[in-house]
Amino acid sequence: MAKLNLLLLAVLVACAIGLVTSQHRSRKLFSEIEREQNRSRELDVDYGRLQLEASTWGLHQRVQKIAAGSLGLRPADPRRVRIVQPAASR
Amino acid sequence: MAAAAQGLVRMPVWRARFVLAALVAGFLLIAGRSLYLQAVKTDFLQEKGEARYARVLEVPATRGRILDRNGEALAVSTPVKSIWAIPSDVSLGSTQRKKVASLLVMDAGEIDRRLSDGSRDFVYLKRQVSPETAEAVAALGIKGVHEQQEYRRYYPAGEVTAHIVGFTGVDDAGQEGVELSHQALLGGRAGSRRVIKDRLGQIVEDVESIRAAQAGADLTLSIDARLQSLVFGALKAAVEAHRAKAAAAVLVDVRTGEVLALANVPSYNPNNRTRLSGAQLRNRAVTDMFEPGSTLKPFTVAAALESGKVQPGTLIPTAGGRMTIGRYTIHDSHPAAAMTVAQVIQKSSNVGAAKIALGLPREAMWDFFRRVGFGAAPPVGFPGAASGRLRPSRTWQPIEQATMAYGHGIAVSLLQLAHAYTVFATDGELVPLTLVKATTFASGEKIVSTETARAVRAMLELAVQNGGTAPRARIMGWRVAGKTGTAHKQENGAYAANKYLSSFVGFAPASAPRLLFAVMVDEPSAGQYYGGSVAAPVFAQVMQGALRTVGEPYDAPLEPIQLPGEGDDDAREST
Repeated sequence: MAKLNLLLLAVLVACAIGLVTSQHRSRKLFSEIEREQNRSRELDVDYGRLQLEASTWGLHQRVQKIAAGSLGLRPADPRRVRIVQPAASR
Repeated sequence: MAAAAQGLVRMPVWRARFVLAALVAGFLLIAGRSLYLQAVKTDFLQEKGEARYARVLEVPATRGRILDRNGEALAVSTPVKSIWAIPSDVSLGSTQRKKVASLLVMDAGEIDRRLSDGSRDFVYLKRQVSPETAEAVAALGIKGVHEQQEYRRYYPAGEVTAHIVGFTGVDDAGQEGVELSHQALLGGRAGSRRVIKDRLGQIVEDVESIRAAQAGADLTLSIDARLQSLVFGALKAAVEAHRAKAAAAVLVDVRTGEVLALANVPSYNPNNRTRLSGAQLRNRAVTDMFEPGSTLKPFTVAAALESGKVQPGTLIPTAGGRMTIGRYTIHDSHPAAAMTVAQVIQKSSNVGAAKIALGLPREAMWDFFRRVGFGAAPPVGFPGAASGRLRPSRTWQPIEQATMAYGHGIAVSLLQLAHAYTVFATDGELVPLTLVKATTFASGEKIVSTETARAVRAMLELAVQNGGTAPRARIMGWRVAGKTGTAHKQENGAYAANKYLSSFVGFAPASAPRLLFAVMVDEPSAGQYYGGSVAAPVFAQVMQGALRTVGEPYDAPLEPIQLPGEGDDDAREST
């Protein structure tokens, strides 16, 4: 009887320690996922900012000014443009 | 022995009983208390315990982005900080006050004024400052001054897309344009959740989600930023060249009903909205009604063709360009004894259009105008879309029916006009317009027969040839079709003698229309005011660029356009 009790006590202690460790691990993992989620939010904000920047740099008036001004580009004479039809509409 | 036995004093039994009872009572008390705490008060205690380490966190919902059809950003929210204070907690030294004032670019007196209101325990010192500024203010470590995360909306395209995209208020809620009309989709919903934090402030467990946050969805518009910029530039140049009061334009993809560009001049910068005037804010293309003038004639002709009363070649007596109804006389700027129906459109004859209209029952004309969308707000999902003015047919006098034939006594918005012209750009279908990117081709409601639509299209093509009213609308490489309008503006109920509204509505390529462009220029005052010389060149400039941008194949020989000289006698119209 005493032996069985001792055995059960050992099992109980093992279970208790297991519970504590698993709780600890779950908290650790959770804080990790939380960190990653924060990072994803931050990256999203960065993406928005970069998109904003890209749009600002790529503003059409700006591109046009640079193309026409410093690069000396101009629209091609339509007579020298050949439009290729997509194969489907032959 | 006896002494020992005598020393063994026999205790009275009740004492042992008493101690036992006391012990039992003590245990019972403890058991009862623990039972009470465990079973009865447990919720309260757990709540109290949790409150030591559990926190409720706000989960902010970011506002969705607005993108153009190619994914280019038109409106993006990025986080900024707002600085707020509890006035009763703040005691600022004069050096600190100066520092705060210079960091926030504010007047020191203004800060004092805000902080002096002791009755409030929350005042904003400055909203929406950059994260760097907020950090610098926080580094001063002033008691009672706090910061709060907020979002600010940026519009990279600025004034070019201002009227379509609109803007949000400081609380991130839409106030104008698409920002307002699609608020529910873009806005999202902030949520909150309860979490457990450890002593380092890290979240270690999610207890419950009180309200799930829903991030705002991105919205992809039908607008093409390249075309929008092209249209805006052309309008701006036209307003400058003709010293006009304002101008508006709409570019539509006929096959899908998508609005590719919608611009107004004057515009404003949505990123900096101090000192805005109503004139700048007005989205003329959508909310303003005007008497369209001759751009309405094709509808009169289409109604007549549909009724079977006339054919494109039917000769209409135009009585030398004068026609008198009651007290009124209608004039033509190109008088002729008689014109075919096609020539009425080509030369934009008021008398011809009036004669054609008077041959129709007024109910039929009203019904036709109604079916192409006049007098009802176009269902385009835009705040404040004007429905125009179309009076019930039973109140029409003959003179009104006659003037309506050439676009007076009826008011429409530019968007309505563009919408209505899709009937001629397709084979008779009224294509529903949309501001949101479409995934399929639109299927419109059939308004007129294919033959009628094609006949009117042919007439509209004649109008841009030499001898028509708008030879300047032509472009190299593509056939175009369209109609000019020059309307006297109404002022205080009467027509102003020298204030005009020039317009042009047209589409290209005429062989299989793809793009439809409607433009109006308000009060051109640099000498020229005919639709053919003010609005048509804008059409040509935009159409040329737009067709090249969308890669539409040529349908006309590539020869330079032969324009009649300035002094030449090209047809003009007086309405």
